[in-house]
Amino acid sequence: MLDTLKRDFRAVAPAVDFCSLRFVEETSEHLAVRQDVAEPPRLSTDRGAMLTVIHRGGLGYAATSDLSQAGLRDAAVRASRLAALTAGRSVVDYSQVAMPRPRGQYQTAVSRPSQSITRRDKLALLADEAQQCRIDDRIVDWEATLWSTQTRQLYLTADGGEVMQQFDYLVPYVSATAHANGETQTRTHGGRYNGFCQQGGLEILDAFGLKGSGRATAEGALELLAAPNCPTGRMDVLLMPDQMLLQIHESIGHPLELDRILGDERNFAGTSFVTLDMFGSYQYGSALLNVTYDPSRPEEYASFGWDDDGLKAERQYLIRDGRLERPLGGAISQARAGLAGVANTRACSWNRPPIDRMANLNVEPGTSTLEELIASIEHGVVMRTNVSWSIDDSRNKFQFGCEWGQVVRNGRLAEVVKNPNYRGISATFWRSLTGVGNAQTQQVMGTPFCGKGEPNQAIRVGHASPACRFSGVDVFGGVE
Amino acid sequence: MKDRFHDLAKFVQSLARPGEVIASSFSAEDSHFIRFNRSVVRQATAVRQGGWCLTLIHDGRRVDATTTLSGQGEADREQLRTLLTSLRHAIVDAPEDPYLLWPETPVATDRETKGELPDAEQVIDAVTAAGRGVDLVGLYAGGPIYKGFANSLGQRNWQHVDNFNLEWCLYHDRDKAVKTAYAGSRWEPEVLSARMAEARKRVALLARPARTLEPGRYRAYLAPAAAKEVLDMLCWGGFSLKSQRTKQSPLLRLSEGEATLDPRVSISEDIAQGLAPGFQSDGFVRPAQIALIREGKIANALVSPRSSREYDVPTNGANDGEAPESMALAGGELPAAEALRSLDRGLWVSNLWYLNFSDRSACRLTGMTRFATFWVENGEIQSPVNVMRFDDTVYRMLGSELESLTQEQELLLDGGTYGGRNTVSVRTPGLLLRDFMLTL
Repeated sequence: MLDTLKRDFRAVAPAVDFCSLRFVEETSEHLAVRQDVAEPPRLSTDRGAMLTVIHRGGLGYAATSDLSQAGLRDAAVRASRLAALTAGRSVVDYSQVAMPRPRGQYQTAVSRPSQSITRRDKLALLADEAQQCRIDDRIVDWEATLWSTQTRQLYLTADGGEVMQQFDYLVPYVSATAHANGETQTRTHGGRYNGFCQQGGLEILDAFGLKGSGRATAEGALELLAAPNCPTGRMDVLLMPDQMLLQIHESIGHPLELDRILGDERNFAGTSFVTLDMFGSYQYGSALLNVTYDPSRPEEYASFGWDDDGLKAERQYLIRDGRLERPLGGAISQARAGLAGVANTRACSWNRPPIDRMANLNVEPGTSTLEELIASIEHGVVMRTNVSWSIDDSRNKFQFGCEWGQVVRNGRLAEVVKNPNYRGISATFWRSLTGVGNAQTQQVMGTPFCGKGEPNQAIRVGHASPACRFSGVDVFGGVE
Repeated sequence: MKDRFHDLAKFVQSLARPGEVIASSFSAEDSHFIRFNRSVVRQATAVRQGGWCLTLIHDGRRVDATTTLSGQGEADREQLRTLLTSLRHAIVDAPEDPYLLWPETPVATDRETKGELPDAEQVIDAVTAAGRGVDLVGLYAGGPIYKGFANSLGQRNWQHVDNFNLEWCLYHDRDKAVKTAYAGSRWEPEVLSARMAEARKRVALLARPARTLEPGRYRAYLAPAAAKEVLDMLCWGGFSLKSQRTKQSPLLRLSEGEATLDPRVSISEDIAQGLAPGFQSDGFVRPAQIALIREGKIANALVSPRSSREYDVPTNGANDGEAPESMALAGGELPAAEALRSLDRGLWVSNLWYLNFSDRSACRLTGMTRFATFWVENGEIQSPVNVMRFDDTVYRMLGSELESLTQEQELLLDGGTYGGRNTVSVRTPGLLLRDFMLTL
């Protein structure tokens, strides 16, 4: 099929300044056992292609699920027409942008393919964990799920570029909800909204810790049900990797997206407090803050070889020793802004045009052990597992909440607390970073659902982070 | 497209074997997405796509599989035949499902809303011309949307809606902007011109020096677009039977009778007045209207077929997520034209942004003001207000602190385009609040 697609694309590609085809085929399987009942398996195959045409300064995209030569020709005509209509009326002269002509291959490293065991066996694994959630009558809902996806992506340019990339993704999840006396608390294993998501095969289940997770999750929900509300006041917080993923995502990742800084997202996702003149000089955080765009970590959710405009992906520091170095911007945004960026122009599927996305955005480990971080806190709260997130359209004033908290007094862990929340301002929050955990405290997380763009796109991103301590944070709990 | 759907539905029906029920859910669109920044085009995209979800039910088991269609008749028939074969293999591994439910009595529906939609050239010409001399950023999304359902028992449901949604902001500077929308089924350039002129007038107000408020309690008016954001949060499990029964509904205190909202608050799922299909993905036909909150108290939950079996409550045509798709909050007594005068002194909030629960059990929300938020004194706009965070409960906003609702409701399209253009809408009045809690 792919050979036919290559031949047909060469046959229909119009004589223009630039033309490319991006074919995406994605198959997925979603399995769930809820309250000991296996839900009907949900299977999906999505397949189509996006034709891109740049000509005389204009840019047009046309997506089609008709992969016949006639279907591709029709898409090429539609993309060419849109390129003609936008020539001279676009944010940049697209013909002046040097589009890459890449060649190569990328493939996820898989030890145990998802298909190496039967669907029945996978459901049995989930049923085991679901059954173990039922440890108390106050557990009112529980669930174990497994979502696997295989993606093939072929990128062709009319002048000979050709990149084939194949990805395997796995997303396990366990949750338990406890209720008593008008109060409901949910605890999850893997993050409330699929924060544990990685590339690879069934070996990911070991890293996830599936076995025994059902009982531990239910115990966590009951522990929260009995816990007091998180205290209110200004104190230290120690954010674990399954909250750091959200903190990085919202208050470093989105503000550094170059298309936001250039104004493309102002009608929907918003703008940024970061401006073009800050790169190279702005002190984003304390000297402990080191942030990388890293597409090279094999198990991380958004690792790849080339982005969707064909730019080769390479690890880069965005923030080094707290100082802002470069934005998250691909070939077109870099040309518009006159800044060096990274290979992060990505589309969620064949039916959407690529825009600047986060991909893998990581906080690099420091030197402190977890014990040292805790011991250094006189009064504070350890927070785990994001449950609530809200931030302004400039990505500055934020308020985040977690599933689980634990008070620290005089360097020692004390009582567990429920509904831990904190708020702050991005532009100053990262300067209060006073401790960064070592590699042993680091975890590779991410999200399948980063939303952005017009038309809207939900895309996969990865975030690896150690535990991090912030000082003097505004902390509060739930309604008394 | 309709003929194509019926041909494929008939073909799939012909493949059913004795004892099998096969259901088909179809979705397609032929859309233009034209994205503008700084009054010129950023990206122009044409998307032609169709998807078909096959459900095989046999021997108390069920498997679902979705595939993309090419639009080529013979190729699509072959694809669906192959998919059905794979489902017959897959169903062997599927456990028995105690919560299976499908419509056993076929009910046919057919709704077509054909319109006059603009060509991409008309849109680009009109918007770039309207944006001359100002900083315009926005998105046009338009074209036909098709939805269909069929099953091997002979049921057929069809909906075809031609519509467009142009949403744009005129920016004064940084985060100060006026957001406007023009949506419908018939493109009328003079309507666009009038709305653009109105937006230009309002953006001039943003040139006044901005005011920064201290955290605290403020009298506030939430315009319909801001009120919609609050109502959208209630869709996140608030009316779901499953969420209520598993104690995860943010409106748990309301559904358990421990709290009430203001008696002027009545919320319904108003399928008859919205754009969402009159049938759900398993083929159950929806009532024209379902009362969700009546006079401040819970009336009905939204019940999916699965919840119907699990909790032994009749389904009312909800999809699996049991969220409203055509929600309506009843209007009140305050003429919209009087809202500014009635506010007298306080915050005029045009839009809210990025809401989330800060305490789900208590239905406490946090979120930001966005775009044009103004400080009002003596019933007159004084100055724009820099963005502020609120943190407040729905029991206060739609309960103890609700002073009035405007008589007029606005129909606001969701505008969401994840995967495809959706047909979700909310109809809501504006809300005048005695007290609104700002925290940062």
